[in-house]
Amino acid sequence: MVAIAESVPKPHTRFRFILDRRDVLGSLLVAPAILYVLLLVGVPFLMAVYYSVSAYTIYDPSWSFVGLANFEQIIADPVFRQTLYNTFIFTFGSQILGLILGKFGALVLLRPFPGRKLVRALIILPWAVPIALATVAWQWMFDSLYSVINWTLIALGIITRSEAPNWLGNQDLAMLSVIIVNAWRFFPFAIVIFLAGITSIPQDVLDAATVDGAGFWRRNYQIILPMILPITAIGLIFGIVFTFTDLSIVFLMTMGGPVGATSVLGFAGFQTGIVSGDVSHGAAISLFMLPVLLVVVVGMLRFIRRREI
Amino acid sequence: MAAVSTRDIIKKFGEVPAVNGISLDVPNGEFMVLLGPSGCGKTTFLRIICGLERQTSGDLLIGGDVVNDIPPRARGVAMMFQSYGLYPHFTVRHNIAFPLKTQRVPSAEISKKVDWASQLLGISHLLDRRPRQLSGGERQRVALARALVRQPTVLLLDEPLSNLDAKLRASARLEIKQFQQRVGVTTIYVTHDQVEAMGMGDRIAVIDGGRVRQVGTPAEIYDDPADRFVATFVGTPPMNIVAKNGGYLGFRPENFLPMDMMDDTNFAEFNFRVDRSEYLGSERIVYGVIEGFDPNQVITAKLPPAHVAEESIRPGEWHPFAVRNSTLRYFDKDGKRSSRH
Amino acid sequence: MPREKVAAVLQETSFYGAVAFFFVLAAFPFYWMLITSFKENSDLYNVTNIPFWFNDPPTLEHFRYLFEKTLFTTWLLNSLIIGLCVTAITLVTALPAAYSLARMTGRNGEALGIGIFLTYLVPPTLLFLPLSRVIAELGLQNSMWSLVLVYPTFTIPFCTWLLMGFFKAMPPEIEEAAIVDGCSLFGAFIKMAIPLSVPGILTVVIFTFTLTLQEFVYALTFVSASDQKPITLGVATDLIRGDVFYWGEIMAGALIASIPVAIAYNLFLDRFISGITGGAVK
Repeated sequence: MVAIAESVPKPHTRFRFILDRRDVLGSLLVAPAILYVLLLVGVPFLMAVYYSVSAYTIYDPSWSFVGLANFEQIIADPVFRQTLYNTFIFTFGSQILGLILGKFGALVLLRPFPGRKLVRALIILPWAVPIALATVAWQWMFDSLYSVINWTLIALGIITRSEAPNWLGNQDLAMLSVIIVNAWRFFPFAIVIFLAGITSIPQDVLDAATVDGAGFWRRNYQIILPMILPITAIGLIFGIVFTFTDLSIVFLMTMGGPVGATSVLGFAGFQTGIVSGDVSHGAAISLFMLPVLLVVVVGMLRFIRRREI
Repeated sequence: MAAVSTRDIIKKFGEVPAVNGISLDVPNGEFMVLLGPSGCGKTTFLRIICGLERQTSGDLLIGGDVVNDIPPRARGVAMMFQSYGLYPHFTVRHNIAFPLKTQRVPSAEISKKVDWASQLLGISHLLDRRPRQLSGGERQRVALARALVRQPTVLLLDEPLSNLDAKLRASARLEIKQFQQRVGVTTIYVTHDQVEAMGMGDRIAVIDGGRVRQVGTPAEIYDDPADRFVATFVGTPPMNIVAKNGGYLGFRPENFLPMDMMDDTNFAEFNFRVDRSEYLGSERIVYGVIEGFDPNQVITAKLPPAHVAEESIRPGEWHPFAVRNSTLRYFDKDGKRSSRH
Repeated sequence: MPREKVAAVLQETSFYGAVAFFFVLAAFPFYWMLITSFKENSDLYNVTNIPFWFNDPPTLEHFRYLFEKTLFTTWLLNSLIIGLCVTAITLVTALPAAYSLARMTGRNGEALGIGIFLTYLVPPTLLFLPLSRVIAELGLQNSMWSLVLVYPTFTIPFCTWLLMGFFKAMPPEIEEAAIVDGCSLFGAFIKMAIPLSVPGILTVVIFTFTLTLQEFVYALTFVSASDQKPITLGVATDLIRGDVFYWGEIMAGALIASIPVAIAYNLFLDRFISGITGGAVK
């Protein structure tokens, strides 16, 4: 019989194994990330809140407390109210459009066809490519003189040259343009989310529905849609949060114009706080994004948790 | 001095006690099986002995030393996981050498030990392969070699056969048992399969609800169950338990025989109506009801091959059956074993 | 028979029609980018020309101008440096954090993980105000290093979350075997968890890099010196002389900057999706 048991050297002190404690090591490993986020997100966030209730500008950096005066002032300003309204229209419009395009795009991509890989690779592009670069391309497409869209409409005889819409110079068209660009950016992400959700539905459930007599549309709306709601909700959170707070598209395409028709909260905050140096009012404007964000995030999270199967 | 000794180990996850006070002594060289249904706490208990979980209260001694707050590597334990836990990015050689490398053993000695362990397990020819190139049986042997190369005080196995298909399981069972006998390492083996437990264990600890119901040799567990749970958990088909006189009466199916097979004078007689019969080739299982007891309770009888040919036991008929009194077991109203009442 | 056939043909055509619609919708602006960057200026700025193809032969003059007469190469270099530095910072912070949250912290860990991730949703258009003050205090204003400092604020939360998903999907048995075999907890992390999650780490690296390339708001806010601009900011804002947009050059620059990102996304999309949904869908 082979002798097998050998003695093991015994530990001397209690602290020799302190790094083996899950809680100690766990905290150490998370610390750098938490520190970074606290210092560069948490603290600045509190600073922003403080700016909004102070009289701070770049030229007069006083930290005097003014209560809610800044908020009262901007709410009284009709330009701000227009901005707030615009932000909702912009977000709502582009999300809906993006979702619809995304849903149908996903359905199209579900079915295998020759060249599907290529089409999928190209459909991803609007989302993959940096937002500023894609926006610049659209800016060129909407150009007042050389717009290819207008050229096509004229060539098809739908309008004449004198009727050619000034996409970025007309108040309503400008809002439509930025909505289109944002929806265009968002829909590939929506497709990806929908595809991920739909393919995660077990085939047995779909087969059972077919055997039970559900046709295409019923299967879609009563079986598939409810089952992919959690993941769709998450995609929607991202979409809403990033659209509601965005300034890139507006900055590059319309600079908030014409006459503030496309000014959104993020852009207005930038103009007031950074460009004009009125930090306290800029912060107040930007803070208006928060209530909506909180509601959206909390609402979505609650909704998902409740519906978890 | 026992190799492993636990004193009233309790482990709570939140408010729920997964292990509810287990005190167990495992002597040197013993093959101890922890047997119980899923969720009974046996794997948690094993992980506590290993050091992957810390008990909420109670003491654990390995080799005579209290090891409550000591990490696995300093306890002298080795573990074989359910899916073996081989390092996929290392060769077999490196897998086996790894426990020695972490202890800063000099490389010359490492080579010697790796060769020793791989020869012991018959896998010397596999040393340069990677785990994904090995069969299930080969992986098991590599896992064993890796466990043994450190010459641990205790070897822990967590349901190692559950991933194998039925055919392999029987031969693997034999291999592990023979191997342990040859090498002599104290072994604690967790399983839910009572056939494995009965076949391999020197002693079996039957666990349910985080508590040990009974510790004993396979014969003790089978013939002298401490309570109803042990009595019905071990043995297929399970022991028949009928309510009688405020307590319970138990007898195993293979002891429940037609009267004409009874060769003892000291027996209890029952009138048995056969409802169903299953012919399994090597035996016949007969299901039915006993007169005078709960008519909804199904009683099983396991008839030996000698009787199979007879086929005189047909469904719907009443037959006289009997049980030798020496094989009757009595349980009180709480389910604990008692003497005849 | 013919009625079913007609229905089938209609279904097929409408299906392929839909495919074509999405194809054109997604790809046209890039086609436009592509063709504009190769067109002569005389061709571009002529309203009577058919815009969809070349009327004058294609030219490389925009690319030449881009590389010779603008700071394009500087911007490319800036973006490369920023990307590498930010990725390094992110990996060093997010990798241990993700492992800890996936393995070591139980229920508190879940909450902390969600908390870290929620910071990803805090908008840059809110934080840029106080951050510009912080940047100024540190003397980094107008330097690309301000971006190296600030970008991890969103790459760390995002990557932590993504890596958490990858680690959670790994069975803990191998790390436990290493612990029983003599590794410390940290040793098991370094020797087992990291080597075995290299595909996940690679995906995260690629996505961090693309995240830094895509960022616009902080770049716009903190950097105005032309030679410090990253590529996206440079192309979008610096190729304008006076009031005149140099469309050919802008499109050429946009094209060059977009290609690596597009390729990266396509190669790693499946991994990325499993990383996201691994956390969201049970």
